[in-house]
Amino acid sequence: MPKIFVNHKEVEVKADTTILEAAKSLGLHIPTLCYYEGKPPIGACRVCLVEVEGAKTLVAACSTPVVEGMKIHTNNKRVREARRTVVELLLSEHEGSCQYCARSHDCELKEIASHLGIEDIHYKGEKPEVKIDASTPALVRDSGKCIKCRRCVTVCREVQGVGSLFPQKRGYKTMIGPAFVLDLDQVACVQCGQCAAICPVGAIQEKNDIDKVWEALENKTKHVVVQTAPAIRAALGECFGYTPGTLVTGKMITALRRLGFHAVFDTNFAADLTIMEEGTELLMRLKKALVNKEPVALPMFTSCSPGWIKFAEYYYPDFLPNISTCKSPQQMFGAVAKTYYASKKGVNPADMVVVSIMPCTAKKFEAQRPEMNASGFQDVDYVLTTRELGFMIESAGIDFKTLEDGEMDSPLGFSTGAADIFANTGGVMEAALRTVYEIVTGKEFPASDLRLAPVEGLKGIKEASLVIKGTIPEWNFLENVEVRVAVAHGLENAAHLIDSIKAGKAHYHFIEIMTCPGGCIGGGGQPRYTDDAVRLARINAIYKEDAGKKLRKSHANPQVKTLYDEFLKKPLGEKSHHLLHTKYQERQKV
Amino acid sequence: MAVNTKTPEAQDPQPSSAKCGCQANEEEMLRSLDTVIDGFIDTDGALVPILQTAQNLFGYLPEKVLKHISLRLKIPYSEVTGVVSFYSFFSTVPRGKHVVRVCLGTACYVRGGKEVLEAFKKNLKINVGETTPDRMFSLEVGRCFGACGLAPVAMIDDDVHQRVKSAKIRDIISQYQHEGEDVKEAR
Ligand code: SF4
Ligand code: SF4
Ligand code: SF4
Ligand code: FES
Repeated sequence: MPKIFVNHKEVEVKADTTILEAAKSLGLHIPTLCYYEGKPPIGACRVCLVEVEGAKTLVAACSTPVVEGMKIHTNNKRVREARRTVVELLLSEHEGSCQYCARSHDCELKEIASHLGIEDIHYKGEKPEVKIDASTPALVRDSGKCIKCRRCVTVCREVQGVGSLFPQKRGYKTMIGPAFVLDLDQVACVQCGQCAAICPVGAIQEKNDIDKVWEALENKTKHVVVQTAPAIRAALGECFGYTPGTLVTGKMITALRRLGFHAVFDTNFAADLTIMEEGTELLMRLKKALVNKEPVALPMFTSCSPGWIKFAEYYYPDFLPNISTCKSPQQMFGAVAKTYYASKKGVNPADMVVVSIMPCTAKKFEAQRPEMNASGFQDVDYVLTTRELGFMIESAGIDFKTLEDGEMDSPLGFSTGAADIFANTGGVMEAALRTVYEIVTGKEFPASDLRLAPVEGLKGIKEASLVIKGTIPEWNFLENVEVRVAVAHGLENAAHLIDSIKAGKAHYHFIEIMTCPGGCIGGGGQPRYTDDAVRLARINAIYKEDAGKKLRKSHANPQVKTLYDEFLKKPLGEKSHHLLHTKYQERQKV
Repeated sequence: MAVNTKTPEAQDPQPSSAKCGCQANEEEMLRSLDTVIDGFIDTDGALVPILQTAQNLFGYLPEKVLKHISLRLKIPYSEVTGVVSFYSFFSTVPRGKHVVRVCLGTACYVRGGKEVLEAFKKNLKINVGETTPDRMFSLEVGRCFGACGLAPVAMIDDDVHQRVKSAKIRDIISQYQHEGEDVKEAR
């Protein structure tokens, strides 16, 4: 453990750390822009400059390792002045006005500038060419606000394995964007929005659909229902100053009612429904393979994450038959709302508007896929991110913190704990096993507290296996079968997993893929800033929600049972097939 | 598609490729490029030399070739084009058989270089940096060619044309056009 001096104080820090990490462990904040947690530093932005005694120039804290005896100054005059120059230069090339920028409440550049006490800019920089790209349903990119920190390049390429973004051209003409500075809809972008979540400024944001939702709510002829994804309740509080991992389910429901939604429903209901369909589909595939010896696509992959679907359509078209045909819970909800619920309620589906609150920008894309109209109408009309909902509540003047707890409406509002955990990596797998195991054996899933530790947590690729014992007669072909499952989150991890399957190095029956690191709780539409500590806090909150439920298995959901009795009849039945299942299409990756 | 006009294919109608046998030629060139790529598989820093080879083979870097390189090297297309647009020696626009360069150095500019350039633009119906649809001519501007006494000067390939008059430009162009047709027939 090297001893170093930080701001005249002698301290011991862990070996092999950078000045930035050492400072953080001491509770000292050094501003950063290009730094990306867990990735090698690129040292491009220079706002993290610190003074090291004996060094000729100031050094970048993010990329300088500590050495024994180092004397570091993180906040003296020389350091402050240098950082001020760096930030003033950035601002001199920045084309944006904080007064009407959607990032003004959480813009990292603005915060750093204000912490440095910048009141005036002494440089006149050449302003960049401004190109606004609103070509995709999910995102809007504004090159004028881009400070070229390249975080989006890193996340898109190294975390998501996509690589849609890269610096184009050179010098002051540099633009961070797709090939040839094309629009995003011309390239293989999966719409995950991780770039928007990580961008320190307003250069990449979700496409704002708030006004459309207001318009629907104010239209007297429309019946407007809302669904909230499992991951919202563990993160929405952050928009109002709660610490990450605070559950705000009840307040969220009340806030939605106050905004004027006619019915507040739960995507979780549809998550339970998904398990019924997807679990049955898995069993059918296993039966075909093991009993009928028919050729059937295994392993089966989950299908709830639209970024992953689009990724597979570009990069792994061979595996499209392996992906469950189940629509995502968002789309199942829309299709059921505009058919079953509409007729129950006596509302013409043409006059119904379905709004989703999602942690995800890819859901905006998914809702607009042309095939998502099983009800005869676009099944989900508008998708708002968690951030957009937070903004809407605030701009409506609702004091979120003082709201009393509300309850979801019937009949699409009830959910079990299995649905809650759809929000995090490993959760869909656990939810599926809770139900599938019980269908096959008649007994409860034997893991402690219904949880399967090896598939939980932030490791990129996780696997587990269990030997099925005590099957009921219908399923006794599964007796003593070792079921192997795997879980990946972050598409780069997914790609590694699939490559090892392709190479014949790994064999599984069932695989859960979530596009975003940590799963939906780390989605591209969640409150900023999301790092691993925040991800873990949200995951813990979700498991708390699960543990607090009386019913924790999807097949126990009474409202789902009623839906089958009254309407769908049975999983994978004809109605289900039409409303709840879908097809995928190969896409050109370049 | 508004921004797409900058990409090579949009400006590259390839008018007579089927007739003149360029298609087969392109396949051959792709194959020789592949041999080069094979030699580089799993080597770091292979992108720039491969792009140089491709540019030597094709004369410029067509979109199709860039995509091919991206797929073969498993490097994202955005990075391939990022590197191409970083270095000025790479070109994604095909050059014509003849490169017209009009000098806009001070002396030429003062003595009508600007008008000469306009006349070339009008006659060739292209802007600076572009190539005629038949791929015969590209138009560029130069700084000083060192012939200020003879201003205004235009260079076509290696030929220096001195004291160029706007009215004469049609004649100058047609000399080269004619020569080009001969070459085409000879092939
Ligand atoms: S990106 Fe940040 S600094 Fe720029 S206009 Fe928006 S809030 Fe202001
Ligand atoms: S949305 Fe995802 S895939 Fe698209 S550019 Fe952003 S990070 Fe890359
Ligand atoms: S778009 Fe945002 S994240 Fe990407 S380089 Fe620009 S400022 Fe950085
Ligand atoms: S954060 Fe260190 S150089 Fe950008």
